Amino acid sequence: MTRHPVFSRIDANLATLLIGAVILWFAPAGLKSYGLYVISLWLVMSIAAMGLNLTLGYAGLKSLAQAAFLGIGAYTTALITAKGGIIGPGWSWPLAFVVSGAITFFAGVILGFPALRVKFHYLAFVTLSFATVMFLIFRNEQWLTGGVYGFSNIPRPSVMGSKLDNDLAFFRFVLVVTVLLSLAMWWMLRSPWGRAFTALRENPLRAASLGINLRAYTLLAFAIGSAYGGFAGALYAPLVEFIDPAPFAISASFVLLLTVVVGGQGYFLGPFLGAAFSYVLPEVLRATGGLYLLIYAALVLILLLITPQGIIGIVEKMRENRRQKAAQEQRNASKVMLEA
Amino acid sequence: MNAHVNLPASGPVLKVDGLKKHFGGIKAVDGVSFEVFEGEILGIIGPNGCGKSTLFNCILGQLQPTEGAVTLDGEAITGLFPAELNRRGVSRTFQLLQVFPNLTVRENLILAGQEHQGSMLSRLLGPKDAGLTAEAEKMIGFFNLGHLADSKAGGLSYGQQKLLDAAMAFMAGPRLVLLDEPAGGVNLTMLASLKERLEAINKEQGATFVVIEHNMDFVMSLCSRVVVMAEGKVLAIGTPAEIRANPAVIEAYLGH
Repeated sequence: MTRHPVFSRIDANLATLLIGAVILWFAPAGLKSYGLYVISLWLVMSIAAMGLNLTLGYAGLKSLAQAAFLGIGAYTTALITAKGGIIGPGWSWPLAFVVSGAITFFAGVILGFPALRVKFHYLAFVTLSFATVMFLIFRNEQWLTGGVYGFSNIPRPSVMGSKLDNDLAFFRFVLVVTVLLSLAMWWMLRSPWGRAFTALRENPLRAASLGINLRAYTLLAFAIGSAYGGFAGALYAPLVEFIDPAPFAISASFVLLLTVVVGGQGYFLGPFLGAAFSYVLPEVLRATGGLYLLIYAALVLILLLITPQGIIGIVEKMRENRRQKAAQEQRNASKVMLEA
Repeated sequence: MNAHVNLPASGPVLKVDGLKKHFGGIKAVDGVSFEVFEGEILGIIGPNGCGKSTLFNCILGQLQPTEGAVTLDGEAITGLFPAELNRRGVSRTFQLLQVFPNLTVRENLILAGQEHQGSMLSRLLGPKDAGLTAEAEKMIGFFNLGHLADSKAGGLSYGQQKLLDAAMAFMAGPRLVLLDEPAGGVNLTMLASLKERLEAINKEQGATFVVIEHNMDFVMSLCSRVVVMAEGKVLAIGTPAEIRANPAVIEAYLGH
């Protein structure tokens, strides 16, 4: 089969992912517990952002509920794995991971139905109200979630009988799960499904006239995007070991939206860049004390002014400039030939 | 109205029967009936606002008709969703250009055919081109888009996008193709090549076409029969020669 530039660009995504994974496996060996926490959090939030990038970036469906799905996954995992786990310490986390994904998948399908009728900011409001309801459940249903006191002593998963209490071991575990979920996402986005999601975003009317089942792809985009939120939650709970409703509030959904936009919506690697900006950079800026929010807000503004396509847009712009330059040289060369 | 006489005895591919679409008091389409036969290229002409595009949208499920029936090969298709109709072999182009600007020419073509291949699951797990690379290449060659195959559709010239738009309608071997102003905004050189391509593909694929068009020379030379519409109704149906000679049509539309 012939090679196409677009397909080879996606292969560049795969190469970046795999090389990045190898580097990340070895690089943090010297990091202390806090450093390992920050990069683990970066990967976990990258997964959640990857899901939102599918719903919002590829399929163009404005969702403001990703943190609620993160919360559903985290609480589900806490309930299944705490106190020795409902099926013993060895298999409780894998079960929790699957159940978190399944529950958020079906919640995503249900939340997707309004998306069949309303678009843009109307849809944003529908998802926003869902996120509000979920937050209230996390906070008020104390018998289930522990309410404002939260849910403590969430254990780390075990692999082959040994518990991942070592932070480096747990980070590597998170890394492996991130890579597997990224590979699944990469495969899906390069399959005909990926094209159909893009078509859904760019021109639903035309997509329907080409036989694309808008209902099925809209619900799938919502469900799979939400399931990635649930998967991220299944890693988030054992990472922080204690959860309360705060990290799943409305504001957290907005931060995830910012993550996707800043990283570059509709680009495969965008969520990783965005999550570094949203979750790692604030930790670095913490050293500046009270000024940290001010600096951070200014950075967001400047970045989006320079490159509305997100951080990855800078790379795209450079690539485009190079193409333009090459085309200009070609034109100049042919002009010389014409004049000669 | 007796232009059907020398057409094949088999039933029509498309039959539109008493179709009406009213928007409140406005009768955009008001009792339109016609038949389209196997392999035919049927033209629909009429002044702006006479209901041609509304008629298309009713046939194609984009709008629900107020009254009337549409049948495809004898099966009722009235009010079916556009995606369902497309999977039954009805494809279309739009009056305003509609390609996917951020996909390449090749990807646009593969997208146009992929939902006709296998199941949802096989489209996820199977090859990324849904086995359509060969067909897309053929279409690219046929419409002379070879040098642009890997360019994003949004970067093509208007005429090239128009060719791509038409090419997309022919992926997956449709039974019936409805073209809404294929020649609109296309320059003369491109127009000749478009007409020639449409004729060739009509012969080769054996597809049946319905074409809305304002360019009289284009319609009269491309189509075997022409439907003239005025104010939501059918004014006349006949061969191009009959239409040119019809006094009512001259009065209402062609002018002297």
